[in-house]
Amino acid sequence: MPGDRPALHTETDRWTDGDKHTVQIYLPIAEVSVNAFLLLGLGGLVGILSGMFGVGGGFLITPLLFFVGIPPAVAVATSANQIVASSISAVLAHLRRRTVDIRMGIVLLAGGLVGAAIGVWVFNILREMGQVDLLVRLSYVLFLGVIGGLMFVESVNALLNSRSGKVPKRRRHNWIHALPMKMKFRTSGLYISVIPPVLVGVFVGVLAAVMGVGGGFVMVPAMIYLLGMPTKVVVGTSLLQIIFVTAFTTLLHATTNYTVDLLLAVLLIVGGVIGAQIGTRMGGVLRAEQLRVLLAALVLLVCGKLALDLLLRPSELFSVAGAGQ
Amino acid sequence: MRRAALVLILLLGPLPAMAEELVTGLSRNRVSISANFEGSEILIFGAVKRESPIEPGPTGIIVTVEGPKVPLTIRRKDRVGPIWINDAAMEVDAAPSFYAVNTSGPFDEILNHVDDLRQAITVHRAIRAVGVVETVPDPSAFTEALVRIRGRADLYQTNIGAVTVREDTLFDTSVSLPANLVEGIYTARIFLTREGTVISSASSAINVQKVGLERFLYNLAHEDPLVYGVMSLAIAIAAGWGASAVFRYF
Repeated sequence: MPGDRPALHTETDRWTDGDKHTVQIYLPIAEVSVNAFLLLGLGGLVGILSGMFGVGGGFLITPLLFFVGIPPAVAVATSANQIVASSISAVLAHLRRRTVDIRMGIVLLAGGLVGAAIGVWVFNILREMGQVDLLVRLSYVLFLGVIGGLMFVESVNALLNSRSGKVPKRRRHNWIHALPMKMKFRTSGLYISVIPPVLVGVFVGVLAAVMGVGGGFVMVPAMIYLLGMPTKVVVGTSLLQIIFVTAFTTLLHATTNYTVDLLLAVLLIVGGVIGAQIGTRMGGVLRAEQLRVLLAALVLLVCGKLALDLLLRPSELFSVAGAGQ
Repeated sequence: MRRAALVLILLLGPLPAMAEELVTGLSRNRVSISANFEGSEILIFGAVKRESPIEPGPTGIIVTVEGPKVPLTIRRKDRVGPIWINDAAMEVDAAPSFYAVNTSGPFDEILNHVDDLRQAITVHRAIRAVGVVETVPDPSAFTEALVRIRGRADLYQTNIGAVTVREDTLFDTSVSLPANLVEGIYTARIFLTREGTVISSASSAINVQKVGLERFLYNLAHEDPLVYGVMSLAIAIAAGWGASAVFRYF
């Protein structure tokens, strides 16, 4: 092509392809260029949290990706894909240590699928009413605040009691044990009705669909406090359910919005799966109360950040988005 | 160089009475976005061809490069009760995804208001010219914000004095395209002005496109979304399993 490489090309090539050895990588779907190591690091961080606490980390990775400059739609869809990977990595590690209650996981998942379907329906109604974004943020702050606060108080008390040598009280029989359709969950050491786990599953499914998260944050405390499952089993079981929810979300986004960026996902995944393994080990070293205190602190931290975002005057009042977003 | 330049040129409105004509060229008319794309620089150069002696009055050269236009929404946060929420929103029918304007001097010396309106040369005009739907009382604050936000990302640039002119005849400038580039056909326009009036202009196209892996992934995601989605999941599952298997030995 005569016009392709005209006379001055040598000079321009020197300017553009010069000696800069940065690790910027151009993402084909997001259409932005970002630092590859930064993404590996983000993936790793979220993977550690995931393996340790049994949360997917969607609540954390998505805002971090916004901050790096990834368009919101791509960030939401791609982080779901990454969470599939880090959850699988962590669940396999938990399976080896026999800390996954597969039967409980299936029951929760069954409820979760029903809940997700209801959630999508609710979400569409909310969107027609407008201000869905605000509602999602407010419900985030509310849920995280309440759950984090309760959990923090409870786990700090438990920690103090165990330090002073008091024997923890035996779990009381509450209304949950009076329900019919009892089932044995051997790994959790429970013999309870299937109704509460199914309801927890439905509730988390609704939240997951409306808020766009895996729901680990609500699931973990619900399993500990409502169902009375041991903390160590909760983490692996929550992750088992998250795998299916996020895999479904990934497929949905890929086929309807074309917003899964595979290159971005791969970078996050490499960091994530390694982080998940490290996190699982770290979680194994900690005591149950310590794990709960840390998770509660993390929940409160995220809640505080979201609340500040709503309350403080932003430095840039304006934002630009593609049409219809 | 001259031959190459002539091949590239697409002269705009060559009026018969025109005494001065622009002869222009680009260092490249194709930008390939590969995985390690870090931005690109395009050199735009040319000469003023005259059949008669130079006319009196100061001359100016303005070069613009414009990316594909897309519709977008600009939102403003407002305080409602104790919290800040997205409140007012303005739809822009089509705003360039990239816009650079390089000049040989300050706008008030080389470009008058009428020709700016007509040709949509300055950044603000380039947005406004395409018809902003006025749904808010102060649309200019919104377009200001768009220019400011995109300016921070080097997507909208105004480079006063970036065009070098020699002997009122030869000129050259370079436009740097940032790494955050959207693919599509970009248009370079070159204007020759005298006493603020555009007396000649030229334009040519620059094809910006993804290549290699980027091209493959983008096409697959849009043409075969199910295959793409399943592939994404397969990679996630394989990576999760792989890491677990490797860490078993530690």
